[in-house]
Amino acid sequence: MSIRSAVISQVQQIGIEAKKDLPPLTDDLALLDSGLDSLTIAIVVTRLEDTLGLDPFTESDDISYPVTLGDFIRFYENAAKLSGVAPGEAS
Amino acid sequence: MPPSYLASLREKLANASDCSGRFLWGATSSVSLANLLRGTSLGGRVRQLWGRSVLVATRDQLATALALIELDGVASRLVICPPDIPAKHLPSVIAKSGVNAIVSDHDLQDHGGSGGPLLVTCSLAIRPIKEEQIEHRSTDWVLLTSGTTGAPKLLMHNLGSLTAPIKINQNPGTGVVWGTFYDIRRYGGMQIFLRAVLGRGSLVLSSADESAANHLLRLGSLGVTHVSGTASHWRRALMSPEARAIAPRYIRLSGEIADQSILNTLRSFYPQAAVSHAFASTEAGVAFEVNDGLEGFPASLVGTRGEVEMKIVNDSLRIRSARIAAGYVGEENGVLTDDMGFVDTGDIVELRGDRYYFLGRRHGVINIGGLKVYPEEVEAVINRHPAVRMSIVRSRRNPITGSLVSADVVLKGAPDQGNGNGQFENFKREILQICHESLAAHKVPATIRCVPALEVAAAGKLVRPHA
Repeated sequence: MSIRSAVISQVQQIGIEAKKDLPPLTDDLALLDSGLDSLTIAIVVTRLEDTLGLDPFTESDDISYPVTLGDFIRFYENAAKLSGVAPGEAS
Repeated sequence: MPPSYLASLREKLANASDCSGRFLWGATSSVSLANLLRGTSLGGRVRQLWGRSVLVATRDQLATALALIELDGVASRLVICPPDIPAKHLPSVIAKSGVNAIVSDHDLQDHGGSGGPLLVTCSLAIRPIKEEQIEHRSTDWVLLTSGTTGAPKLLMHNLGSLTAPIKINQNPGTGVVWGTFYDIRRYGGMQIFLRAVLGRGSLVLSSADESAANHLLRLGSLGVTHVSGTASHWRRALMSPEARAIAPRYIRLSGEIADQSILNTLRSFYPQAAVSHAFASTEAGVAFEVNDGLEGFPASLVGTRGEVEMKIVNDSLRIRSARIAAGYVGEENGVLTDDMGFVDTGDIVELRGDRYYFLGRRHGVINIGGLKVYPEEVEAVINRHPAVRMSIVRSRRNPITGSLVSADVVLKGAPDQGNGNGQFENFKREILQICHESLAAHKVPATIRCVPALEVAAAGKLVRPHA
């Protein structure tokens, strides 16, 4: 599974659990406008750490926060490159 | 005037040089402080509330703000109801604090109002009124904070303890517009409300119904200069496309650990702002503010005699000052201070070099974006699932909300029902569903693992690491 699809799949999963109808998950979608709040985004980050072994927020020296879903996915793709985890076909 | 006379909030506001041009802005309406001083939000029924223990239970924060200004120095007690208190806890709050009047901005039947308390409506439309002389009396302010079992703890303050940390002389002058991501019905937000009212400023209130982006746009359009929130509030703001709608000159963090990463990020994102982080709790009040841009706090603050005294006992920070609460309302919560008058904050600190750093909280209490979660409350809900023998809930660090709830469960029956097993996945879904039905969203475990056993201490209690 690519990093991109791993991220999208966790976002969809939390949408189901939180009973939120998510809009189409495009790269320019603002994360906080997606129907998810910071708590649910935090849960996605934790689950991605478990499934991908990556926590780009803590590992990265880049101290900007992702605003769009595209930023968020790139955060993980960059962290994967840095840590040597195969980024899959999304790279 | 007796020496113990404490001017009421309204008197302090009236004594401020000029209230014109000063406002409290809610999400949907606003009130001019000058108009409030010449009028009433309580339909002119202030006299009827004299000497009463008044529950202030409004939907709109602005209505609470108005009621507090009108009733301090009038009511014997103001019991300030936070927005998310479950209805089932209200009767015990009312009983414990001897409530005999309720101020609200909506239908009061929901609060069991038929039992006899005087019901008074608070309106955001200020009605002009002739000033009437009402005998001044001291007023307790009762703030609610979360407790181990889910029932709130009631902490008694007064305007003196709540305003002791506020140095008006240091107020940065006129033109100050405060904004806060907090709700003012909690200690952190209350501090900002009082800073705005006692200083010469205005205040922009938050609203639970508003998105982060819209809140930032509103803060920006009202020209906010001073903004406060938890580290998690600020991370949420920085993830919003509207983060640049505000350009504050003062940023304040409190309510949870401010790590170096969020302090650095705020400094680079808002280069014009002074970034400060404060340590405060409902029980202990504001203990200190740190302005050097570094996480933790200077070791020199501990052990010195000053307005606030701090000591470390068993790695936990203890605080004594005129800012701490007077005590709990209701005896079952025990005593607030040790023999020497210090409040044990339960916050575990570690000395590294010449600075103390926060490690987490004792007894496994989890802080999620400034909201406390007691593991026992979540475990009790998880343990309702018939397949669960026992569970432990602990904190897991998170870069967005500081911490999240994580649960380890031991199942009844065969120990081979481990992670990845289809049956456990079903149990997990069911456990999550029970949690979603019984608990506030931030208390629902983010992750659940199946473990073969949990460590139990000699006394028969679960071994809890510091959260």
